[in-house]
Amino acid sequence: MDVLLLSRLQFTATTLFHFLFVPLTLGLSILVAIMETQYVRTGNETYLRMTKFWGKLFLINFAVGVVTGITLEFQFGTNWSRYSAYVGDVFGSLLAIEATAAFFLESTLIGVWVFGWKKLSRKAHATVMWLVAGASNLSAIWILTANGWMQHPVGYAFKNGRAELTDFAAVVFNKFGMLQILHVLPAALILASFFVMGISAYHLLKKQNVEFFTRSFRLGLVFGFIFSIVIALEGDFHARHVTETQPAKLAAMESLWETTDNAPIYLVALPDEKNEKNAVQIGEIPGLLSFLGHHDFNAEVTGLKDIPKDERPPVLLTFLSFRTMVALGMLFPLLTLIGLYLRNRLLENPWYLRIMLFAIPLPYLAIEAGWLLAELGRQPWIVYGLMKTSDGVSPIALSQVAVSLVAFIGVYGLLGAIGYFLIFKYARKGPEPA
Amino acid sequence: MILESIWFFLWGLLWAIYFMTDGFALGIGSLLPFLGKSEADRKVMINSKGPLWDGNQVWLLTAGGVTFAAFPKVYAVMFSSLYSALMLILFTLILRGVSFEFRNKVESPQWRKLWDICAFIGSIAPAILFGVAFANIFRGIPFDGDGVYQGTLLTLLNPYGLLGGVLFLVLFLVHGALWLAIRSEGDLQQRAIATAAKLWPVELGVAVIFLVASFFATRLYDNYLANPILFVVILLAVAGLLGIRVFLTRKALFKAWFASALTIVAATFYGVIGLFPNMFPSNIDPSFSLTAYNAASSGLTLKIMLVVVILFVPIVLIYQAWAYTLFKGKVKSEDMLY
Repeated sequence: MDVLLLSRLQFTATTLFHFLFVPLTLGLSILVAIMETQYVRTGNETYLRMTKFWGKLFLINFAVGVVTGITLEFQFGTNWSRYSAYVGDVFGSLLAIEATAAFFLESTLIGVWVFGWKKLSRKAHATVMWLVAGASNLSAIWILTANGWMQHPVGYAFKNGRAELTDFAAVVFNKFGMLQILHVLPAALILASFFVMGISAYHLLKKQNVEFFTRSFRLGLVFGFIFSIVIALEGDFHARHVTETQPAKLAAMESLWETTDNAPIYLVALPDEKNEKNAVQIGEIPGLLSFLGHHDFNAEVTGLKDIPKDERPPVLLTFLSFRTMVALGMLFPLLTLIGLYLRNRLLENPWYLRIMLFAIPLPYLAIEAGWLLAELGRQPWIVYGLMKTSDGVSPIALSQVAVSLVAFIGVYGLLGAIGYFLIFKYARKGPEPA
Repeated sequence: MILESIWFFLWGLLWAIYFMTDGFALGIGSLLPFLGKSEADRKVMINSKGPLWDGNQVWLLTAGGVTFAAFPKVYAVMFSSLYSALMLILFTLILRGVSFEFRNKVESPQWRKLWDICAFIGSIAPAILFGVAFANIFRGIPFDGDGVYQGTLLTLLNPYGLLGGVLFLVLFLVHGALWLAIRSEGDLQQRAIATAAKLWPVELGVAVIFLVASFFATRLYDNYLANPILFVVILLAVAGLLGIRVFLTRKALFKAWFASALTIVAATFYGVIGLFPNMFPSNIDPSFSLTAYNAASSGLTLKIMLVVVILFVPIVLIYQAWAYTLFKGKVKSEDMLY
């Protein structure tokens, strides 16, 4: 047990936990804004009730997301001070811009939205929700731009013993970050759609508020379908860019040990890191990995053995994260496609509703796996190719980190339990009567 | 040099705005068990800051983010040195944040009581801890040339540090009581006014003791003695303090609140100006100290961030002011959502 390990565990625990709540905030804010807009346009009270019902679940989730985000910004200083001092010139400004240009708007207007029903006109109130949704997503864009820089540093030079900014536009328009943005925002919409569909399915199975929940379900269906296709297409670009910029991550994603052309993907495989091979590999699809990485079945793909041992990510975890994410990612278009086919006969197909109810956790699993893949696959680098994670950690006492890690697990565990208890409670209760 | 100096004062300004805005929310939370005699009272107290606290809290994140962007070395050494104190602040702020959203979600007096306790701890602890932290920064922190902290959490709890904690708490209590008086009616309003009036002499007393103690415990006055014109800042703080008393007697609540806001901003600048150009002084060896010059980002980053701040901070101030005007009236039953 050392400060490095505990700090890594703490960062993993706190980001994964924060990331349980943020995607729903990002996606559901847009869906709620659409519901409220429909209310303003049509005057149909069902849309108002939808806005309030889904808005309530949104707010409980939002609260836990916001408070768990506060610690993240400060953790770079508390636990990763060497990193912060070394790259703060580039990285710090992105976090500061996020707060100034996006998070302020989101946090100020959420209060106005909650308390402003009687103080603002309908149109103004709906506009406020759109601004909340826009600012939340803009916030995510800046954070992902910052992470994109850690994944693929650009626009800097070594000066005065640190990495200094030389080209701000290069940092902002970093292709890696932009692809992450195009990956995470659709993922958030898929997650929110499945959340809405799942809870709607629960009530439709009980035949409660049928019109209300059919409308909600269909809204989720449309968004879930569109964005599960978008993300699959984007995933293709993403994989090729990773091949180009982070060969070690790609090799670990598919547990490829030998550098080879016509590199295959195995339907079933299990990495054996100690012996630098796969313990199991069944169902070879020749050339698929070459195609995934280069759009060429014969292209050469670098294997892990050609990457120095101390520059390889943890293979098994990276591999499993990727598999989990991709498997689920293929399931989502399928599930929503079935839903589109059944969209006018939802009540007659309880089996489908039941599947959708139990599918609520799946996008959560996929999105957490995706985050693990992005971060674990980058190891041992804190900034890819530029600084090792072990060089970034703060010179602090082990006991401090041990105490804060235990406190994080305890407090966040409790908050998560209470947050989800309340979301379940209000989700089951259903909307206020008309 | 000029760019770094501008950034130093912007840094101070962001902290000042944070203390001015979140200060009243922290104050009301700290007064919750004392002024919230009934559930109705407590509801008014919490909802009086309900729509505003979240936006206010972002000033803290912005102050943190700007420290990171403009003075990465300060960000790194300050937050790793003050690890345990900062973690305590963050954990208690987390408790406060969820307490509002959670308290009315289950119909049970025990449930509400639990979250009211969290709101109280999550307000009074950060209020005191921010004071302790800043007083210690004024005094100097034991860290070495590698930016490694050589003390413990207890090192910070020296008499001057604790005095800073008391000062912040009492500043925020008065500030909170005044905001509550603005947004409440009847008996609760009377008690809020009485509390502000009763705490005022304490605020004055602690402020004077702090000003005197700073002379002995810190080097804050070096800058003032070199440029006596700077004493204006201290006079502004005193004027704010006197203003609170004057306007309170006249029952001009808004003006009293603004006077209190002036006190808090001037008090923050009193320390910031005294520190200049130090941002995080070492009391092991002054040559280890982090200053606006040796800890700043590159010129390019500072310039880009200056554009961002000059563009966005006024916009933020405008829409936050709009939110304040929406929610400056008395808290009605329809406003009691928490």
